[in-house]
Amino acid sequence: MKDSPTTGHNDAGPSHGGTGTDLAAPEGTALENRFANPGLPAHRFRTTDTDPKAARNAERQVSTIFLLSFIGTVVFLVGYFALPIEDDKSLGRLQLSTLVLGLGLGFAIFCIGIGLVHWAKTLMPDHEQVELRHDIRGTDEDRRDATNIILDGVEESGVMRRTVIRNSLIAALGILPIPAVVLFRDLGPLPGTVLRESLWEEGVRLTRDPDGTPIRAADVTFGSVFHVIPEGLAESSHPIEEKAKAAVLLIRIQPEDVKPIESGMINQADWSYGGIYAYSKICTHVGCPVALYEQQTHHLLCPCHQSTFDLTQHCKVIFGPAKRPLPQLPITVDSEGYLVASAGFPVPPGPSYWERGVSE
Amino acid sequence: MSSILTDKRTATLAGYVDDRVGASKIVKTFARKIFPDHWSFMLGEVCLYTFVVLLISGTFLTFWYDPSMALTRYEGSYAPIVGQTVSKAYESTLNLSFDVRGGLLMRQIHHWAALLFVAAILAHMARIFVTGAFRKPRELNWLVGVALAILALAAGFTGYSLPDDLLSGNGLRIISGVIQAIPVVGTYMAFFIFGGEFPGEMIIPRLFIMHVMLIPAALLALIGIHLGLLVLHKHMQFPGPGRTNTNVVGYPVLPVYAAKAGGFFFIVFGVVVLMAATVTINPIWNYGPYDPSPISAGTQPDWYILFVDGALRLMPGWLGPIPTEFSTFGYVWSLNILLPGAVVPGLMILALIAYPWVEQWLSGDTREHHLLDRPRNKPTRTGLGVAALVFYVVMALAATNDLVATHFHISINDMTYVLRALFFVGPPIAFWVTKRICLGLQRRDRELALHGRETGRIVRTADGEYFEVHEPLDVYERWNLVQHEDDLLVPLPQGKASGLEKLRARMSAFFFEDHIAAVTPAELEAAHGHDEGHGQAIEGDTDAHAVGAVGRGSETSHGH
Repeated sequence: MKDSPTTGHNDAGPSHGGTGTDLAAPEGTALENRFANPGLPAHRFRTTDTDPKAARNAERQVSTIFLLSFIGTVVFLVGYFALPIEDDKSLGRLQLSTLVLGLGLGFAIFCIGIGLVHWAKTLMPDHEQVELRHDIRGTDEDRRDATNIILDGVEESGVMRRTVIRNSLIAALGILPIPAVVLFRDLGPLPGTVLRESLWEEGVRLTRDPDGTPIRAADVTFGSVFHVIPEGLAESSHPIEEKAKAAVLLIRIQPEDVKPIESGMINQADWSYGGIYAYSKICTHVGCPVALYEQQTHHLLCPCHQSTFDLTQHCKVIFGPAKRPLPQLPITVDSEGYLVASAGFPVPPGPSYWERGVSE
Repeated sequence: MSSILTDKRTATLAGYVDDRVGASKIVKTFARKIFPDHWSFMLGEVCLYTFVVLLISGTFLTFWYDPSMALTRYEGSYAPIVGQTVSKAYESTLNLSFDVRGGLLMRQIHHWAALLFVAAILAHMARIFVTGAFRKPRELNWLVGVALAILALAAGFTGYSLPDDLLSGNGLRIISGVIQAIPVVGTYMAFFIFGGEFPGEMIIPRLFIMHVMLIPAALLALIGIHLGLLVLHKHMQFPGPGRTNTNVVGYPVLPVYAAKAGGFFFIVFGVVVLMAATVTINPIWNYGPYDPSPISAGTQPDWYILFVDGALRLMPGWLGPIPTEFSTFGYVWSLNILLPGAVVPGLMILALIAYPWVEQWLSGDTREHHLLDRPRNKPTRTGLGVAALVFYVVMALAATNDLVATHFHISINDMTYVLRALFFVGPPIAFWVTKRICLGLQRRDRELALHGRETGRIVRTADGEYFEVHEPLDVYERWNLVQHEDDLLVPLPQGKASGLEKLRARMSAFFFEDHIAAVTPAELEAAHGHDEGHGQAIEGDTDAHAVGAVGRGSETSHGH
């Protein structure tokens, strides 16, 4: 079936358009049981079609809108040269510049669109036209021809007869993707044990984040919170990676507020110093920093997914998607009264991963 | 013809081009091609146009942006962070914002256009779904559309991460945590993707090349296929007088659509620019550079990723006494991350891919369809669509739980408990309500087709009876209400049926059994006969058309 040329609109009314036969209810329900498609309704003329004054008005409106676009571009250019941002580095000037440039450019572009659409709607022909669809599938003859071409091609190539060639090709193609996969191996190093290791070890001082100054136990008052990094973090070869594992929160609370250690837990009794507790700041869910501390309840909250850890219960999870408690960093003081780690993290800090081992 | 472009000149120019590229054939085929009109068809156009805006504004941004994670001391125009150590990616984004005139505007255009792009895709997809535009012969184009939607999310997320600010860095941290949670290969995948430990120095250059090259190239190729198939199939149209399954009624490309659609591109572009000029988005100087230690309250991803983040927030680490993360033989299963982070999105994509074939299997309908369904005439499909949206919105809402909690003074925990419940009961409720609304609307259509519209004129008969005069619909109005066919139901085969056949028959009944049959001429005739001399009958037969009538066509109607 060939695509018939577009038929122009005809105002004859009901007789025009489809007959509705294609909409006949399927199987069994006779056509006469359904309404017939009445065809295109009569065309209604717009005032711009019938009244020359209205058409002139519409013409003026369209050109006014295009003129507004012209003005918009001028506003953009004036704004660009009249509002240099090099001399005045304030945020206010930047925002003014952005506003003027944006409003100018926005109206310049927007008005072209509005003008074009208004032109199309008021002055271009609005007679609906009808085009016939044709079958998506090829004709039976086309299909037969196509099938024969493929069969001939396969036959001429000899791929079905020369089975040794065919099979060796399949084997060669089958193994070929492996180099692509292997090449990606060099995207990154193997994990090894680095996820278990952090800069914390016996004797490493606890220092303030970000300036790296050490913290005296005497400076930590009740209820205060310190954001802590290990001493020497800035000098490590990958400070950001190290920080993503080693960030610690330091909090001092009344020791009697902390519940005793339950059986089955690691004995953390001497891991704190005078009510000063150090816990990993990296959430055991997917690794966001657990940075919100609620002083009244001693809850630590991760703002990403609301995992809530209770400091009075050794940072056990009391709400949210995390399952493991935050790892505690064992601390003590050195001879000068500065807080130091008495060992590294007993378990890997940060989110879970397959080889992590026991998920305590 | 205009005075400057005379017929002769047109012919000469056209002749020159035609001699070299055979343009006359192209013009003949396409310039007068007919496209039907409906406001909802512009949703797809918005997708295309925002994509073009993204290409234009994104190209501008690449002239200044430096995708490097090397650390440097910030000495730029924004005083509050002068002296801080930041990555070159972050520094160049700040310089682009503060020192390039119109740079901030372009960044905001790009970001707003990205949000609008994904929103338009979702709305377009919803339109295609509820109107049945995915049916034969367009199933493959539905698949292309699903792929485009996934690529759009990928484009959005890779772009979101590029400024290397605190918010986007924490987004990447979450992604790395989700990848690490994948059993067996997760840790290796994370190390390969990030080039080592999180965050390393490779991830932003890698995301950059995906964002500016791989993903846009794939998007462009698929958009080409998407529109090519659209031209091949011709656009679907809503049913109406004169519109049939074998024709297309509308306006020609030249000049009406060239002007309307071309103009609409400028409107979309203009609106995005005006939004970018007046509404600040992603003020990365407020967030600061990425650092693994600090974070701000109210951390949300861009809206299209909200559903994944929300699902992560809804999933508890413990289901009562049962942990959702546990070890077997020393290896960790993090179901608290895997289920919401990978399984839920995976199943959603699978459902989108499979739907056209599932519906076809249940209806046994292998005909070509070029007329759209009015959503109310497919109550089950429309109900499923709304249920899916509610499912999506519940998860998206969960990702904003901290903001909702602080703005409405609700406990964040209570809010999470309620949303956990809604995750399961929200979609079925939405399905049921939507289906009832659709059936109600169908009943109203039927009523209107049978008895015409109420005029508000009350007439008293000689017997003292009152009735309201109804004005009959003309044939064109009526056609819209009576044109739809009933769905095909796949019956249980005779004799012994296999389990699959039983399932198919049961599901088919669930999908298509509930409907209100369209009015037939015989019924209209009967109703009119009824009306003569007795106005009250107009109210009488509403309930006679029971929901759930089996079979099709006129057998279902009774009671005249």
